Amino acid sequence: MRRVVITGLGLVTPLGTGVEHSWKQLLDGKSGIRAIDTFDVSDLPAKIGGMVPRGDGTNGTFNPDLTVPTKDQKKMDDFIIYGVAAAAEAVKDSGWEPQTEEDRERTGVMIGSGIGGLSSIYETSLLLAEKGPRRISPFFIPSALINLVSGHVSIIHGFKGPNHSAVTACSTGAHAIGDAARLIMWDDCDVMVAGGAEAAINRLGVAGFAAARALSTGFNETPEKASRPYDKDRDGFVMGEGAGVVVLEELEHAKARGAKIYAEVVGYGLSGDAHHITAPADDGNGGYRSMAMALKRAGMTPADIDYVNAHGTSTPLGDLIELGAVKRLFGEALNTASMSSTKSATGHLLGAAGAIEAIFSVLAIRDQQVPPTLNLDNPSDECAGVDLVPHKSKKRRVRAALSNSFGFGGTNASLIVKEYTGS
Amino acid sequence: MSDIAERVKKIVVEHLGVEEGKVTDTASFIDDLGADSLDTVELVMAFEEEFGIEIPDDAAEKILTVKDAIDFISSKQG
Repeated sequence: MRRVVITGLGLVTPLGTGVEHSWKQLLDGKSGIRAIDTFDVSDLPAKIGGMVPRGDGTNGTFNPDLTVPTKDQKKMDDFIIYGVAAAAEAVKDSGWEPQTEEDRERTGVMIGSGIGGLSSIYETSLLLAEKGPRRISPFFIPSALINLVSGHVSIIHGFKGPNHSAVTACSTGAHAIGDAARLIMWDDCDVMVAGGAEAAINRLGVAGFAAARALSTGFNETPEKASRPYDKDRDGFVMGEGAGVVVLEELEHAKARGAKIYAEVVGYGLSGDAHHITAPADDGNGGYRSMAMALKRAGMTPADIDYVNAHGTSTPLGDLIELGAVKRLFGEALNTASMSSTKSATGHLLGAAGAIEAIFSVLAIRDQQVPPTLNLDNPSDECAGVDLVPHKSKKRRVRAALSNSFGFGGTNASLIVKEYTGS
Repeated sequence: MSDIAERVKKIVVEHLGVEEGKVTDTASFIDDLGADSLDTVELVMAFEEEFGIEIPDDAAEKILTVKDAIDFISSKQG
């Protein structure tokens, strides 16, 4: 099977825009969670979120005008703009600029989203009720469709290879990267731009997740303390928005052009819980099997994994079920590994989460430093003996990292990235 | 320039993101101003909103240039 490496990274997160900025904020223990101030939250039980900080584009702020011409922004929901921005950073970082038609046809895109253009759907529905069908924009449908991130990235960069989009709720980003890597392994293409994008923090999105009793509601006055995976006081997840995109490349293709290689994608596992639409199976069986499958694909044992980037959303049930599955799978190997949930800093980016967390895992390998779990003041009893990297990042040896993503519908994905040592 | 012509050109500049100087009477939305078929649908909607008129689809299909738009709106507001 052809080998696949990561040669480019791009991030737009609640911690800021740009890979290095987001990563530094994360390592410094900064939180991206704050009070929602862009729409009325007075009647919503959750009043906080991980919004992408907006600004003129300096100091990690996000300026859409730097990504998409103003006149074209109305054709794209925010999730598309975030995805396009993260893809542009990743492509630039990789240095991959296809010069021939064949190169363009061997470069594809697979960027997904959990929900897609929820804000566009919400606002357009209000417009329809108020003013009728003749006022609906011809750009409404293409601004809301999930696969239009991949579509726009393809059009902007001229990538004519496979054009695809994963849609698996909170596992989307991980599935996109895993499936895109497989397209390269199968020789359908040499390069894939892959990841996830999300922008669902609006009245409808918050009301919907709150109705499902999924969101934290007890920390509206102290937003930065709300996302607290594994802590006894956790009470639900905090919605986040943004995008994570990687450039995946066939190993020999990357070497031939002298590309910088961050890490190799060695493992990918997938499974279904067959249990419930929103709750994970009590025994964590689905997550266990997706991790085990990824290890098998990688030809590794748990002892080869030094860092686990947990799904860890800060819900009372989900965190312990994942922890239980990791404990059973790793056994004694967990004594020497570190595991953290970066959602403690970013909130839950839903369809983008798996992608940004894969990138954080890659950076943990690059810098030999693992990011912290914030707000872990009083770990649940079940956490005893597990290094959850509380509060502060930590320098340590990281040969390989495993990143988990579990989504509504009982869909699970695990990715393993490994340091590339030139052999 | 008539008030209608000014307002039409302002809408075209805003929606298509083109320079004012390029929006001449004879300019074609698609051939000269870089619009695609969806842009022209949206332009017609913007004209309807601005001038409080309804432009039926068969009439909209014949509005290809800035002058076509000005003439149609003028005839409606006659």
